Amino acid sequence: MSDYNIDELIALGQRIIEQAKKAGVDVAEAVVSEGAHLSAKVRLGEPELVEEAGSRSVGLRVMCGQQVAVTYTSDLSDAGLTRFIEDALELARLSQPDAFAGPPDQDLLSVRQDHPDLDLFDSEVNAIDAKRALEMAKLAERAALKSDKRLVNSEGATVSRQSGASALVTSGGFAGGNFGTYASIYVNPVADDTDGKKRSGSYWSARRHLSELEDPEAVGVEAARRTLAKLGARKLATQQVPVIFDPDAGRSMLSLLAGCITGGAVWRKASYLADREGSTIASELVTVVDDPLLPRGPGSRPFDGEGLLSRRHVVVDRGQLKTFLLDSYSARKLGRASTANASRGSGGGVSASTTNFVLQAGDVDPEALISSTDRALYVTNMMGYGFTGITGDFSRGASGFWIEGGERAFPVEEVTISENLDQILKGIDRIANDEDLRTSTCTPTFRVSRMTVAGG
Amino acid sequence: MSTSSRYRAPFADSGPTPIDQAIATRLLSLALSKGGDYADLFFEYHAGGSYSLDEGILKAAGRSVTMGLGVRVMKGDATGYAYVQDLTPEAMAGAARTAAQIADGGGSVDPIAFEAAEVPSRYQSADLTLDAPGQDKRELLLRADRAARDEDPRVIRVEASLNEEVREILIASSDGRFVRDRQPLMRFGVRVIAQDGKRRQSGNSGGGGRLSLDYFSELSPEWHASEAVRHAIIMLDACESPAGEMEVVLAPGDSGILLHEAVGHGLEADFNRKGTSNYTDCIGRPVASELCTVVDDATLAGSRGSINVDDEGHAPESALLIDKGVLVGYMHDRHSARHFETRPSGNGRRESFQAHPMPRMTNTLLLPGPHDPEEVLRSVKRGVYARKFGGGQVDISNGNFVFSLTEGYLIEDGKLTSPLKGVNLIGNGPDVMRKVTMAGNDMQTSDGIWTCGKEGQSVPVGVGCPTVKISGMTVGGTQAG
Repeated sequence: MSDYNIDELIALGQRIIEQAKKAGVDVAEAVVSEGAHLSAKVRLGEPELVEEAGSRSVGLRVMCGQQVAVTYTSDLSDAGLTRFIEDALELARLSQPDAFAGPPDQDLLSVRQDHPDLDLFDSEVNAIDAKRALEMAKLAERAALKSDKRLVNSEGATVSRQSGASALVTSGGFAGGNFGTYASIYVNPVADDTDGKKRSGSYWSARRHLSELEDPEAVGVEAARRTLAKLGARKLATQQVPVIFDPDAGRSMLSLLAGCITGGAVWRKASYLADREGSTIASELVTVVDDPLLPRGPGSRPFDGEGLLSRRHVVVDRGQLKTFLLDSYSARKLGRASTANASRGSGGGVSASTTNFVLQAGDVDPEALISSTDRALYVTNMMGYGFTGITGDFSRGASGFWIEGGERAFPVEEVTISENLDQILKGIDRIANDEDLRTSTCTPTFRVSRMTVAGG
Repeated sequence: MSTSSRYRAPFADSGPTPIDQAIATRLLSLALSKGGDYADLFFEYHAGGSYSLDEGILKAAGRSVTMGLGVRVMKGDATGYAYVQDLTPEAMAGAARTAAQIADGGGSVDPIAFEAAEVPSRYQSADLTLDAPGQDKRELLLRADRAARDEDPRVIRVEASLNEEVREILIASSDGRFVRDRQPLMRFGVRVIAQDGKRRQSGNSGGGGRLSLDYFSELSPEWHASEAVRHAIIMLDACESPAGEMEVVLAPGDSGILLHEAVGHGLEADFNRKGTSNYTDCIGRPVASELCTVVDDATLAGSRGSINVDDEGHAPESALLIDKGVLVGYMHDRHSARHFETRPSGNGRRESFQAHPMPRMTNTLLLPGPHDPEEVLRSVKRGVYARKFGGGQVDISNGNFVFSLTEGYLIEDGKLTSPLKGVNLIGNGPDVMRKVTMAGNDMQTSDGIWTCGKEGQSVPVGVGCPTVKISGMTVGGTQAG
């Protein structure tokens, strides 16, 4: 059912592990990755870029006692691999013993028969060739541009597909593999505004299975609608008002929370939530789940980056912080057990991370949420990087719409929104039901009762 | 070039599988076999090292080696791109055939006459940090750790890192370029967390460039540690930032990152070729205050953004972009240069062989102005002084940008008073450039820490500017009024 031969990747991983052990390391863990991608971009009806490639690489983490090193290479020749293992050994001897370093307990490792099939691969995605991708992109862009004559230009429409497989093999006895596909379509029209500014807007759809991807023309029409809606954008006076986040802006907010509840930030005390487990950190409307087992989920995986069987965690339950998400290193640092949230980069390094991290939907339609709001800033885009995890201070540039009497009154740009993340999460007073699992971290539309909006 | 390095591309002249002009000609012919107008080959070998210190020990060391070939074929405005990691003759030919598909005709290819290219020498690549003993690099990190802890008892955490790389490239094009370059890069950084009672804040310092470990004889690990501690301790007393429109003074050096976002990206010619930039069709027009002269200068010795040749094989110089407020030029890659019927400015850069080139900045500088920096500060009744920047972002289409400050101060009656936390600066590029009302005579370039992202591709860049006063900018803080 897939074009990938997991057994072959595992065999290569096993060879590397054995060679590393022979060279003198105590622990070796190899991740062997293979992937292919195609990307086709059309601009103003003409093909602009077709990109196609495949790749294969190996990442290795080794330990000599409790000295750790990580190496990565795409040079899979015999000489390249030998050199790669020598480098790992040399670097492990250079690093200094870390009392908390080590592989996960052997009896926690999962076995291949227990790995669930999460339906992450779609051969239809893999079958998209350059010609078909260009056609889809053309359709999408044409649908956008013909929907209004003010759409005079375009940054183009892009259709991409990627697929990949990876295998993890460890000297502790784990061997497993995973593979999947991901297809996306992105449209970015540009309109001329009356003040001489250009207005660029976009919309996109992404799914693991082609049949679930939104129709190219629908994506184009929605991109056009979003671009036109920005015409005439202006600043706001500085004030404190409710703020509504759409799913794109909401995702950015939720990813800030993700960064504050995963292992490294917690044991380093680089998170304002480091000492808050078991306490109220958000309004009682807020439930956030980390679920690696969602069928067809963009962040789904049968086992974690250390070989532990994946499992679902309710991280925030009606406002209460229930658990941090940990790999075995951060778990040891905190004196507890891994939550099976280890993520292994293709480069070989391991850290704790979220999988499908989702703010659970509320019961109201997003339009009804807006129409029930008297005055608010509705944020659709955020810019910049103004967040300090250690204090929770948040301030970013934003654009979107001014809501007056339950209606979109006018588009807004060049403002900043600020508040401490602790206050933001506690201030969530309405959650809509429009969650869309395009990306592994996602939220529905939601409203925060009060933030500072700074404008002219 | 030294040949003693462990890190040499296999495709180098002296390597085990050298790529010569005959091989390049064969691959380019294949790439053009479907009727493309132009093709180029980009061979890249990349070796990287990383050392990270945490909790007083070198916790992890890493190394990576990657290489590959990217083949680009152009037909009109359309680009076909394919890459391979495997540099066997069959795999390279396969990539050339895949990229060729962007054209769907046939055709014969004229023989390619490669010209000898003069490559300048803006960094010395003989003395790679990668070749220096690991113990020496470990000691640099341990020195920073000790110095930071000795500096102040409120320091509760110290993290230090050293990242190093060498990137060896070979570009061969159907219009006759055949150029090699070897680009070293090193970045050192210290981050500390200080705690006083319940208040906790972080501070950082970093630098580097296309340099050897000699860098540390000028700016020692102890110097960076002390700077990071100063930053964290000052921030312990930071107040909530005011919000609203006010005067802003930019400190010299790193503040150039604001210029990079505010005006730099809008002058990359691909956006102007497509008519999607705010600066489209503005050549010859005033776009900034007369105090503003902006250059993109790839020639600075050892700077993080400097390059001898760009990733299309063109040699960049110092390009004048804005002359006393008037827009005089864009930054070009080959594609945009052909569109504007001008010479490629050597700004065609790419993240790696896995990506096609685009117009990108190198070292973007706002040149010094006439004012004494003290005088600039004295002229402000109430405003914000921007000392250290986190990161920023711009929307090219309308020029709107945002920056977050990691170190900023309130200015009251011409003096720096309270440090501020959570400050964002938001503005519009063309608007802010017109509001530059004073420019200091104290231009500085940043130490090498900046990385620029565009369409998912990251490249190292440099920035620089003098003390600059902007007459009005939106400051985003939590304290309304």
